[in-house]
Amino acid sequence: MDVLFRNVRELVERAEKEGKLISEIMIEQEMLITDRSREDIMQQMERNLTVMEEAVEKGLQGVHSVSGLTGGDAVLLQKYMQQGNSLSGDLLLDAVSKAVATNEVNAAMGTICATPTAGSAGVVPGTLFAVKNKLNPTREQMIRYLFTSGAFGFVVANNASISGAAGGCQAEVGSAAAMASAAIIEMAGGTPQQSSEAFAITLKNMLGLVCDPVAGLVEVPCVKRNAMGASNAVVAADMALAGVTSRIPCDEVISAMFEIGQAMPSAFRETAKGGLAATPTGKWLESKIFGGSVVGSGQ
Amino acid sequence: MKFKSVFDIIGPVMIGPSSSHTAGAARIGRVARDLFGRQPKWAKIHLYGSFAETYKGHSTDVAIVGGLLDYDTFDERIKTAFEEAEKLGLDYEFIPETGHVDHPNTARIVIGDEKSEMSMMGISIGGGKIEITELNGFPLRLSGNHPAILVVHDDRSGCIANVANCLYKYDINIGHMEVSRKERGDMALMVIEVDQTVDVEVMGELRELPNITQVTRIAD
Repeated sequence: MDVLFRNVRELVERAEKEGKLISEIMIEQEMLITDRSREDIMQQMERNLTVMEEAVEKGLQGVHSVSGLTGGDAVLLQKYMQQGNSLSGDLLLDAVSKAVATNEVNAAMGTICATPTAGSAGVVPGTLFAVKNKLNPTREQMIRYLFTSGAFGFVVANNASISGAAGGCQAEVGSAAAMASAAIIEMAGGTPQQSSEAFAITLKNMLGLVCDPVAGLVEVPCVKRNAMGASNAVVAADMALAGVTSRIPCDEVISAMFEIGQAMPSAFRETAKGGLAATPTGKWLESKIFGGSVVGSGQ
Repeated sequence: MKFKSVFDIIGPVMIGPSSSHTAGAARIGRVARDLFGRQPKWAKIHLYGSFAETYKGHSTDVAIVGGLLDYDTFDERIKTAFEEAEKLGLDYEFIPETGHVDHPNTARIVIGDEKSEMSMMGISIGGGKIEITELNGFPLRLSGNHPAILVVHDDRSGCIANVANCLYKYDINIGHMEVSRKERGDMALMVIEVDQTVDVEVMGELRELPNITQVTRIAD
């Protein structure tokens, strides 16, 4: 299959050589591979953007999951911000609350857009709708944010993994946060190379993160990991825009993530058998939710 | 490359909570339904690896049943698929397995009705993407992302050429094709992913070709 890029180096080189945005390279590749028109592709992405907007709105009104493990935190965060005493700053907390909102909707079996997965669906929209208030992008720039995220995610999915069962949470929220970071750079007017730096810095700081959902539910700790993924993305974007670079190139960070995922014991890859899932409280919550029947015992 | 489209990464739009364990599971169920060609009356669903460990929490079970009822990943009816299945006369049973499989999210779906039954193995590879790895004992690789034709035939020379010629006649381009057989001269299977949708007329003509036993199509 002919593709315009197979790794981040090729993606950045092509964008810089042709004087194009990373989102543009992604759109061109999509047209090439699927034989669809630009208009058609842009429209589909706009529909995804709308789903994300609606999920955030719904989450900010307050939702609760069936298990009762998650819900309502997005509302708490917004109320706290309105009091005006936040320490980490409104943009960061806004991103965090909107990431949480999306994942709370997901946990409540609401409609979301996977980015790149459902368990990590909060980070990209959370950061987008927070950064939006500062950068005032056009609708097209917001759609492009998703293509830029997608371009980096495409590389990770094909060269490593975006599945928690295969590579742990670093492959899901780690990838999502790094994708968001790269997209923030483009929206803020940074260079393709800076997108790559932001991606590398973010992913480096999420390496090794295991997937250990309590009771096997996409709730604890998934919702809060999306929150922290969003904050990682925003901070790393600021670092890259300030001129900070990653000593380890982006593609090598992705390879390292894959290697770490391969070496991860299965207890830490979405089996609900290790980590937080295996803590006394994790086990207690599990038996409470499933009425004594312990899921994950294999019996 | 396993992931070809940007919408494999930014997407699918789906009912939560898990892209691999809910959306991917719904897709595996739906492809099984497609391959069977009608709503089955019963289903035995074997779950392996992480699917077996966490299916209740991720609503994997509800999603697979939803898929068997032909619901897409974003169909709100997935939430109530068990109730719908009861109304529509689909009996289902989930069997968590402990045996080793190559991929952590694997399901074997055996479905049937009074006329026939079918066995299919599917894996959910992340972000809602799936692959079908086995059909009625034949190993295969099918993404379910493109229209595809499955042809069961006798292992005789000329079968593959005849099918390819027929598709050429209707200007249908083959994107990916795999052939496999159980034993030399025995039953064989062609899996053909195509770029265009295949209409009833083409299906009819394929069925008339010599040594062809069964022709099924999967829509996009």
